Amino acid sequence: MSVRLNARNAFVAGVIAILALVPLYAAASGNTFVMSLFTRIVILAVAAVSLNLIMGFGGMVSFGHAAYLGIGGYAVGILAKEGMNSGLLQWPLAVAASGLFALTVGALSLRTRGVYFIMITLAFAQMIYYVAIGLDRYGGDDGMTIYKRSQFGPLIDLSNKTAFYYLCLALLLAAIYLVWRLVHSRFGMVIQGSRSNERRMQAIGFPTYRYKLLCFVFAGMLCGLAGALLANHTDFISPALMHWTRSGDLIVMAVLGGMGTVFGPVIGALALLVLEEALSGITEYWQIILGPLFLLVVLFARGGIDGLLAGINRG
Amino acid sequence: MADALLQIDGLSKRFGGVIASDAISLAVPKGQLHAVIGPNGAGKTTLIAQLAGEIAPDEGRIHFDGSDVTALTVDRRSRFGLARSFQITSLFLDFTALDNVALAVQAHAGHSFRFWRAARREEELCEPARAALARVGLAGRGDVIVSKLSHGEHRQLEIAMALATSPRMLLLDEPMAGMGPEESARMVKTLRELKGELTILLIEHDMEAVFALADRITVLVYGRIIASGPPEAIRANAEVREAYLGEQEVAHG
Repeated sequence: MSVRLNARNAFVAGVIAILALVPLYAAASGNTFVMSLFTRIVILAVAAVSLNLIMGFGGMVSFGHAAYLGIGGYAVGILAKEGMNSGLLQWPLAVAASGLFALTVGALSLRTRGVYFIMITLAFAQMIYYVAIGLDRYGGDDGMTIYKRSQFGPLIDLSNKTAFYYLCLALLLAAIYLVWRLVHSRFGMVIQGSRSNERRMQAIGFPTYRYKLLCFVFAGMLCGLAGALLANHTDFISPALMHWTRSGDLIVMAVLGGMGTVFGPVIGALALLVLEEALSGITEYWQIILGPLFLLVVLFARGGIDGLLAGINRG
Repeated sequence: MADALLQIDGLSKRFGGVIASDAISLAVPKGQLHAVIGPNGAGKTTLIAQLAGEIAPDEGRIHFDGSDVTALTVDRRSRFGLARSFQITSLFLDFTALDNVALAVQAHAGHSFRFWRAARREEELCEPARAALARVGLAGRGDVIVSKLSHGEHRQLEIAMALATSPRMLLLDEPMAGMGPEESARMVKTLRELKGELTILLIEHDMEAVFALADRITVLVYGRIIASGPPEAIRANAEVREAYLGEQEVAHG
């Protein structure tokens, strides 16, 4: 696990450097849109990293991962609406509620496999989506504006866009480090082994279900945090936060960047959202270009962009 | 048999109209190597799957070391000391050979709710794993990704993984399947070393190996035991010769 200097690590370092320099560029050029875009990228990268933990390392293809973005976001929004603005209350609650929901979804869905697993995770996400539509007090179908961002007293002021961006970036890097430690630990070996050959895992004595369930809960909690960040970023929550197409976006990010590598989803999030912006500037039918691009990655670069870089490494 | 480590009583399993196990009863005393032979489709793998806990029997009980394990899950039985190998190689293909065996060690080294330390750096896991690899003749191959190993090496790794769970009994499902004569000979040597130290239930088509290794042989045909006894008795049994051995005896001239 020693860190070597090679094309891939250099690229990762480059990406992190670019992410760290975005606010400086924005300040110098006066381009505030770039700040907003990159804040979004960093937040959704946290969500993609969490999905990659279960999908890339654990082989659990969840098609309802956006539900946790919604739960995290609504935890912040609902508390704000009720006059409780402390981030120290909102964020832990966002994470805890997401974890609890993941525990419920996981307890049921992890008893199934393949397509059934995908469908159950999707069904739960749809359920919570319609629950949000039914919440008339909190905007219902139209969503609701959050008038005050999470308060952290003198610690940090989230309405300062630069401070908020760096907080998001710090949390993303922390999440990556955490996932990296996790997947190489004993727990992570069990998770990876279950992806590789669950039947054999049980034959050598692992009760795989409980390990996968806990991993599923971890991923839900991390994505719940991303949801809390996203609500603070947009100052707005709506059921669209957890629309199933957003779950699809997260899967695309993980696959595009490279499943089963810790940093891959960050590259995926960056590539998808930048492409989306760039292509939608060219034509309103940008998806016609993005679709085939994605297809090419899936067909010819199974390891995603990160896999390509590793390939360059090997020569 | 009072000192039987594994005791099977009246085990039956039906798949639709097919009777895969027909009231199978047998006992394997501690330290013995008991071979189960029979033509293809005789229900040998189904028997192993029931012993390992992957398939639940319709009727009958399985006792291991005096305890009824019939209702235990696969992983519980493994932690109880029953280890199986697979007829069709079942490994972690995208891991190294050492990783594969280290995982088997880890499964029996307490719970795995440990989230921080790098497992691959834990000598506590790697050292027994290397020992198990050496035991089956794979020393020095630990760092190779399993999908790059040869078929024979896969079969050896199967045994190493079963061994790494520090079992009291091995359930081996055709460990020599698809092996060349040289590899087979090495496997026979490995099994001979394990014999006595561990109790073994062996399913195998290689008759030479079976008669060389087994203390007792049970012959299964259409899920039913047609004979059980020491190798000489089985070799002499007319019904067995007719049902199974006949063609091979002829082939051997």
